[in-house]
Amino acid sequence: MLNTYQFPQFDYRQSPEQAAGTVLRHPVVVVGAGPVGLTAALDLAARGLRVVILDDNNTVSVGSRAVCYAKRPLEIWDRLGVARPMLDKGIEWKLGRVFLRDKEVYSFDLLPEDGHKIPAFINLQQYYLEEYMVAAAMANPLIDLRWKHKVVSMRQGEDHVSLAVETPDGIFQMEADWLLACDGANSDIRRMVGAEFTGQFFQDRFLIADIVMKAGFPTERWFWFDPDFHRGQSALLHKQADDVWRLDFQLGWEADPEREKRPENIIPRVREMLGPDAEFELEWASVYQFACRRVDNFRHGRVLFAGDAAHQVSPFGARGANTGVQDIDNLSWKLAAVVKGQAPEALIDSYHAERAFAADDNILNSTRSTDFITPKNAASRRYRDAVLALSGKYPFARPLVNSGRLSTPTPYVESPLNTPDAEEWSGRMAPGTCAADAPVRSGGQAGWLLEHLGEGFTLLVSGPEAEPVTCGAFTASVLRVGQDIEDSEGKIATRYDLCDGAVYLIRPDQHIAARWRSFDPEAIRAAILRATAGTEA
Amino acid sequence: MTLNLLPNIEAPDAFYEALTEAQRDMSEDEANDMNARLVLILANQIGRLADLKEAIRLARD
Repeated sequence: MLNTYQFPQFDYRQSPEQAAGTVLRHPVVVVGAGPVGLTAALDLAARGLRVVILDDNNTVSVGSRAVCYAKRPLEIWDRLGVARPMLDKGIEWKLGRVFLRDKEVYSFDLLPEDGHKIPAFINLQQYYLEEYMVAAAMANPLIDLRWKHKVVSMRQGEDHVSLAVETPDGIFQMEADWLLACDGANSDIRRMVGAEFTGQFFQDRFLIADIVMKAGFPTERWFWFDPDFHRGQSALLHKQADDVWRLDFQLGWEADPEREKRPENIIPRVREMLGPDAEFELEWASVYQFACRRVDNFRHGRVLFAGDAAHQVSPFGARGANTGVQDIDNLSWKLAAVVKGQAPEALIDSYHAERAFAADDNILNSTRSTDFITPKNAASRRYRDAVLALSGKYPFARPLVNSGRLSTPTPYVESPLNTPDAEEWSGRMAPGTCAADAPVRSGGQAGWLLEHLGEGFTLLVSGPEAEPVTCGAFTASVLRVGQDIEDSEGKIATRYDLCDGAVYLIRPDQHIAARWRSFDPEAIRAAILRATAGTEA
Repeated sequence: MTLNLLPNIEAPDAFYEALTEAQRDMSEDEANDMNARLVLILANQIGRLADLKEAIRLARD
């Protein structure tokens, strides 16, 4: 089917519970073994939970799916020990260029500062990414990955979910204390729960073609408005692994998808884009249309939605899989704490508060980009064209050009888990923000700050006066800058405004919960209580 | 509210003349395109989002 990739076929095995006809209650069942479901299994297992993943297929993602993986999800995968093969196989990039006709009008650098372990972005076909995570999941004794298991019905109980699951051996029943729906934009679980999934559809169609070619284009994201090879529409060129290139052509609403995805219609388009001498083979093509929408609540009883099952965006901005993985980063430590009886169920509700806020931010950015690329009426098309015309001549118009604002983490600035600052701070590390990486040295070895943050709460402190702080089941360990780790390039000091005596309380998902100018165990205890939705005993 | 709704254009008649004169020989489409560019150039001069939103509200109502 593809020239560059052999799809693995994973073995279906009948589960002992289906063979025996007994109904088992599992702590967590994940539906969907895509990037989000696999990340969920790996993260929950890393936090000591047994996880069952059900997938209705028995291979990885087929065809042109997600391509661009951003720094933050890669940091999460690095925490889970699966980032290395992704970084080795993927194509690093950080520059985007925007052209009007054949003239560059705008460019952006997604990581303008150095001193981070993980690059701004890599491009990698989704099947590779899934393959690496499947291998890690299958090697993990806490993860039970079951292929060709399709959930055909479900019922919510007071404290669990009952599922009917269809396999090649028929239908059997299973139960879960918690069900994670990671089953994509067309989520069956969402339909079974009856959750609302509303938003905006865009009246436009896009042809996505992956081609194989040896070409000297730089590994940058190139986006054209009104290019000479595709007048009146937009186009995108982006490199993936194995000399596969992602091409994206805007077609307009009137285009016939069946006609447009025939090779005899695609190849002339590609030839016009790349010139008459380009040698290429068509790897995969499909025609897409887009919607931006989200589920009404990320939690419905004991069902939790994550990834595309919870929110859908247009692809301009690479905000789909990237934000889905961050859903899991947010959810897994909370779910693990609740399952282990360390925190009340209210902690799970903060998952909706924080990630629906992030989803709305993603949808806002994605909608703005799509409205620029696909103007809704003649008046907005006139403004769009005016921006593009002016951007060629005058710098002021260039920041208005919107070919996609690429995925960055949304700080949870309004989260109920944050303890607001009582003092003045400089830099970006306000409560609710994802902790910035920095180069460090430890025991004579060069490393990175994020590698030193623990699985639980961490106190990042400067100066000698600090000790671990316990609040209920949670103990925040101490990471002393200048002692446990050396701020080898001074980047922690500047990025965190970490003056002598300062203390940061960092959550298990590497987000800032609170910070103080001096060590105060009572304040820290109160902040841990707040960050775990606890109440005073 | 910081939008200045008192007379602020120096030589109002000369400004108005320049505006209409620029579009005297234009088609409807060309004039509309020019207006769009003009709005963007003037918006950049103002810069402040609150002022721009207030101006949009005044123009719409």
